[in-house]
Amino acid sequence: MIRVVIAELRKLRRPTLLLGTIATVGGLSALFTSIIFLMIDSEDGNSRRGESIGPEELSQATGLVYGFRLVGAFLGIVALCIFASQTAQEYSLGTLRNLLVRQPSRMKILAGKFISMKIFALVMVLFAGALSILISFALAGRAGVDTSAWTTSDAMELLFKSTLNIFIATLCFGTFGMILGLLLRSPISAIAVGVLWILILENILGALIKSTGKWLPGFNFSNLGEGGNPSLSYRHSVAVSLAYLIIGGAIAAVFFKRRDVAN
Amino acid sequence: MEKTAISASDLTKIYGERAALSHGNFVVPEGSICGFVGPNGSGKTTTIRMLLGLIAPTSGTATVLGESISHPEKYLPHVGAMIEGPAFYPALSGRENLKVLAELGGFPLSRVDQLLEKVDLADRGGSKFKTYSLGMKQRLGIAAALLPNPKLLILDEPTNGLDPSGIQEVRGIIKDLADSGTTVFVSSHILSELEMICEYLIMLREGRVIFSGRTQELLSGQKPIIVAKPEYDVDLTNLAKKLTDSGFNISIVDGSLHIEAAQEASATINRMAFETGITLASISVVLPTLEETFFEMTGDSK
Ligand SMILES: Nc1ncnc2c1ncn2[C@@H]1O[C@H](COP(=O)(O)OP(=O)(O)OP(=O)(O)O)[C@@H](O)[C@H]1O
Ligand SMILES: [Mg+2]
Repeated sequence: MIRVVIAELRKLRRPTLLLGTIATVGGLSALFTSIIFLMIDSEDGNSRRGESIGPEELSQATGLVYGFRLVGAFLGIVALCIFASQTAQEYSLGTLRNLLVRQPSRMKILAGKFISMKIFALVMVLFAGALSILISFALAGRAGVDTSAWTTSDAMELLFKSTLNIFIATLCFGTFGMILGLLLRSPISAIAVGVLWILILENILGALIKSTGKWLPGFNFSNLGEGGNPSLSYRHSVAVSLAYLIIGGAIAAVFFKRRDVAN
Repeated sequence: MEKTAISASDLTKIYGERAALSHGNFVVPEGSICGFVGPNGSGKTTTIRMLLGLIAPTSGTATVLGESISHPEKYLPHVGAMIEGPAFYPALSGRENLKVLAELGGFPLSRVDQLLEKVDLADRGGSKFKTYSLGMKQRLGIAAALLPNPKLLILDEPTNGLDPSGIQEVRGIIKDLADSGTTVFVSSHILSELEMICEYLIMLREGRVIFSGRTQELLSGQKPIIVAKPEYDVDLTNLAKKLTDSGFNISIVDGSLHIEAAQEASATINRMAFETGITLASISVVLPTLEETFFEMTGDSK
């Protein structure tokens, strides 16, 4: 299986994909973090959905990871697209047959792919985090934010927890994409279905029937990334997310193992 | 008995209502070059996919290198294959594509450059796969199939898209491998492409195995034809009648008589023409190609 991981990483580290992802993630991270600090006095707000966050709040330990957390919500969508396309393209390109001739154990292929994409997601999250933190420090002075609380052990613990939570959420979204890729076998449809579901359908469903929100996969994955919130507990989201991913993953794996590779 | 590299018994794959392969029985002896021939849609690729464990047979069994196809992990490390045209990652170079497969199979990366050299892609190994011409893609596919230094090499239409010199090169590679003891199972829809290099042939038609055996056996089924052309076209029917009366099987094609008979009959025919007062402008013996013999055996006209 380690051989599958090495081979998969060779595909993932190709310049267009790796640099493209790094650029996207870096761009998002820089954009969100900069807005928070540069538009701190703006009437239109500097945080999500027009909310405002002021210098006093940012001067607390949480201020260190505020930008990173905002970006975290988008890293999931990026991971979903990458996991989905990298899995589905093996079918659409016809390359799966080559892989299976060299490694007939389909479960090893699947596990190796999963692990290599975890590594990729980790790189993505760490890069986004590091960039956001750097920008936060760089812009704090201008925005009148006191950074002394950012270097305390509390802040470090918060940073570690946030990184872990964002990584977990990113993996959940990515795994969701991988399941779609395996089932739909076409990168375009897997990405379209995944993004439509997460960004649009869940919002409509959640708006129409308030109570559905806490049972939808995307809401719960995001909630994990935010470390839980008062209306939806972290525990609840762990349970719901795991249920979705384990059931979905098992179905996709059975299909992957049994289905004829005829293209 | 010879050892067999591939042996299929009643191997069957049914898609919906139609059988892509129906009760396929054949053997490929070890160390031989075996051609797998059939028109488009006759089931070649389907059969090859089953032999590689990519699709599950509806019924029947087969063994490859002595192991059942239900356990492909036991034999695939010694098998190289190119199935239905080359499929690679378009954004990776040819070299990177091969490295992915070498890493997956646990083969030394140093083989990659050797193989690129072998298929004449050394200077273009660094270019992205999507920039390759059809022939280059095909050659990369062959290189990938050679990665494991295979005991059995399975090639599905390897010469598709190659120019004559490319076809020649592929034939050369196949022959070299066979000389070093590799069994080669190679498919094509063009029999004439295979008859000169294959010791064994398996022929498919509409999902059925219609011939499986030595190429020699098929050759012995060949009926030679004597082509005789009278000096004047007006004599054609006269001579035809005379020969038919003597028991020859005759057809008139393009102003010549095609007589089903062996070389030895040439003199007789020449004498009979002379006795009827007809001069022959030419007389020659023609061996039909295996293709023609094949179609005659299967009752299909071209
Ligand atoms: N996945 C599939 N689903 C349904 N039918 C299929 C599938 N794959 C192949 N077939 C059918 O099985 C038959 C044999 O196809 P196959 O690809 O094995 O032929 P082939 O001999 O390789 O032809 P060619 O020379 O064109 O490559 C065809 O009728 C084809 O339509
Ligand atoms: Mg085919």
